Amino acid sequence: SSILHIAAVVVSGTSVVVYMYTWCLSSSIHISAVVVSMFSTIICGFLFLLVVKRLPEHVQVDDPAVVKRLAKKLERQQIPLRSDYGYKVSLFSHLHQYSRKAPLTQQLSIPSTVIHPSIVRLGLQYSQGIVAGSNARSVALLHAFKQVIRDYTTPPNEELSRDLVNKLKPYISFLNQCRPLSASMGNAIKYIKKEISNIPSQCKEEEAKTKLLTCIDRYIEEKIVLAAKAISKYAIEKISDGDVILVYGCSSLVNNILCEAFEKSRKFRVIVVDSRPRLEGREALRRLVQRGISCTYVLISALSYILPEVSKVFLGAHALLANGYVMSRVGTSQIALVARTFNVPVLVCCETYKFCEKVQTDSFVSNELDDPDDLMVTRKGKTQLENWQDVSSLGLLNLVYDVTPPDFVDLVITDLGMIPCTSVPVVLRVKNLDQ
Amino acid sequence: IKDKLVEYFRTQVRQDPEVPSAVAAIRTLLEFLKRDQTGETILGLRENLTQTIRRLEEADSSVAVSSGGELFLRFISLTSLEHPDLSQCKKVMVERGELFLKKISLSRSKVAKLCHTFIKDGAKILTHSSSRVVLKVLESAAADKKRFTVYVTESQPDSAGRQMADKLQNLNIPVTVVLDAAVGYIMEKVDLVIVGAEGVVESGGIINKIGTYQLAVCSKAHNKPFYVVAESFKFVRLYPLNQQDVPERFKYKADTLKAVEDLAEEHPMIDYTPPSLITLLFTDLGVLTPSAVSDELIKLYL
Repeated sequence: SSILHIAAVVVSGTSVVVYMYTWCLSSSIHISAVVVSMFSTIICGFLFLLVVKRLPEHVQVDDPAVVKRLAKKLERQQIPLRSDYGYKVSLFSHLHQYSRKAPLTQQLSIPSTVIHPSIVRLGLQYSQGIVAGSNARSVALLHAFKQVIRDYTTPPNEELSRDLVNKLKPYISFLNQCRPLSASMGNAIKYIKKEISNIPSQCKEEEAKTKLLTCIDRYIEEKIVLAAKAISKYAIEKISDGDVILVYGCSSLVNNILCEAFEKSRKFRVIVVDSRPRLEGREALRRLVQRGISCTYVLISALSYILPEVSKVFLGAHALLANGYVMSRVGTSQIALVARTFNVPVLVCCETYKFCEKVQTDSFVSNELDDPDDLMVTRKGKTQLENWQDVSSLGLLNLVYDVTPPDFVDLVITDLGMIPCTSVPVVLRVKNLDQ
Repeated sequence: IKDKLVEYFRTQVRQDPEVPSAVAAIRTLLEFLKRDQTGETILGLRENLTQTIRRLEEADSSVAVSSGGELFLRFISLTSLEHPDLSQCKKVMVERGELFLKKISLSRSKVAKLCHTFIKDGAKILTHSSSRVVLKVLESAAADKKRFTVYVTESQPDSAGRQMADKLQNLNIPVTVVLDAAVGYIMEKVDLVIVGAEGVVESGGIINKIGTYQLAVCSKAHNKPFYVVAESFKFVRLYPLNQQDVPERFKYKADTLKAVEDLAEEHPMIDYTPPSLITLLFTDLGVLTPSAVSDELIKLYL
């Protein structure tokens, strides 16, 4: 894109020169009018290219030019490029598909000179699925960045506010290669970069570092911990005695709400819905049963069987998009759809730091493909799909996220209060005004 | 002193039957603010005001009283009350209270002005029970020389629809009273449905006299537009998910709440209409879609 900008400047410059020359030369007004209009359009076109901000590009793995650009960028930052694995279903061929058995750390030299060791550890934890879940990943990221800041020393003749941001860029690319960044992580990174660039230049290094560390601590405290408390307070108002609540997968926020409601002696029972291959519902089940909440466990295929018993559905979210769509674990939109058909209210719980400016109406354009080998299951010693790579017409698809339209969601509970799904852009606008 | 205020409230309502109950409540609160001598701090004053609102809610359990009171409290405390002298602060609050009262007294006519253009010549309108805002709208449409007929549902258990029919007849508007059960029957004949609201909730839905929900469902099934007319002081910070989720204190009349032990025997006086069934809301803030109500509430409260 920088080449394009240089080219734009050169062409617009030459066009201005030629225009002036022709204007001086031309005798008849008729010719000069044509020339003026022609050159002004060319100038405007190129200035427009200079001025207009390019939107962040979607992942486009099937476009070789984009892949080449990405490879060059990673080479510059000295980060290995992770190669895709296995046959990809054609609708999703624009997304990356990595294998868990080939983590990026195998291609790194140990000890790595470019990447801080806590970031390497974090990347490995992400790619192996040890740290999973939107909140957990953000908090782990922020703690790793705290360690990076503690170990950082400003090189001579450099300013902390600019150099530290440049140091963080390769780390972020590395983490992106290990596992695509989530919306909450993206917002956290934006916040940190803003805080770092706001450090005044006369600030001493120790002071600046402590300031940044307290900023990060405050961010975690406000946006995640206190937000969870505020959301529980609102959500408990919506839980009445005798309720049968359906939850899907393992959302830290929803589990928190249910445990708090149980502490406040609300009488309810929970139905945990789970799905392969992640089977995250088992973790949620374990946590709830430990507290003494009576639970039922079903797989998602039994959803329409169990739904007539349910009075409310509580769902967590990975991100809330600017057009009111809810991005969450795959299977969530199915639950919302069936619940709407049975007239069961669907409540989504989401902190405001997960609100993102993206707009999406389907689950194809931007998603994540997990390791296809996870879909293989061994029963009675036999794995049917063992040699799936050999069958040329067979593809395994392991999607991670899907997108739920706002008509299926009745209420969104955020730390700002209870809002309908269509009011997400208003909250984003209010937040931008605050900043 | 609290009983005197309730008396004041009741006399307000008796003297002027046209005044919205929320406006009467706000006048009472303003009186209380003027007369109150016991408050030492601003926080104490707010506490007293909140308690007065509670007492008024016990006298008249409609949603409008509670929403009007909360908005009044919010409006007067929105100023920077940093004067060291409490009486100064009180004066500022009273001034703002008078301003608020003046603004909302005009809201009904603002709504009527917006809405009557949606009534075309030869239209057949269906309305539910007795609403003074709808009456005002129909009055201004009639004054605009439009010809239309009105069907009013009888609206049991208090037959409020008949009173509405009498008032419309006095305005020389052709009106027919229909049974509550005849809503499905009459729906194919009407062109549009206009109802009032006792309260507008955060989701954009409304709380209104019982029978409104089935009216809305029928009009949706027949693809007839369902319009709601409400003043902005009726916006309330509730978010019901379904009929059961509406708090008990709004569902029944104030005397029933005090007298009866087992509310399961009583018949509720209001129901909740979800936003998906409402086409447009006419308020003094403008003509809003149900999803815009939440935006307005965020602007008012956040």
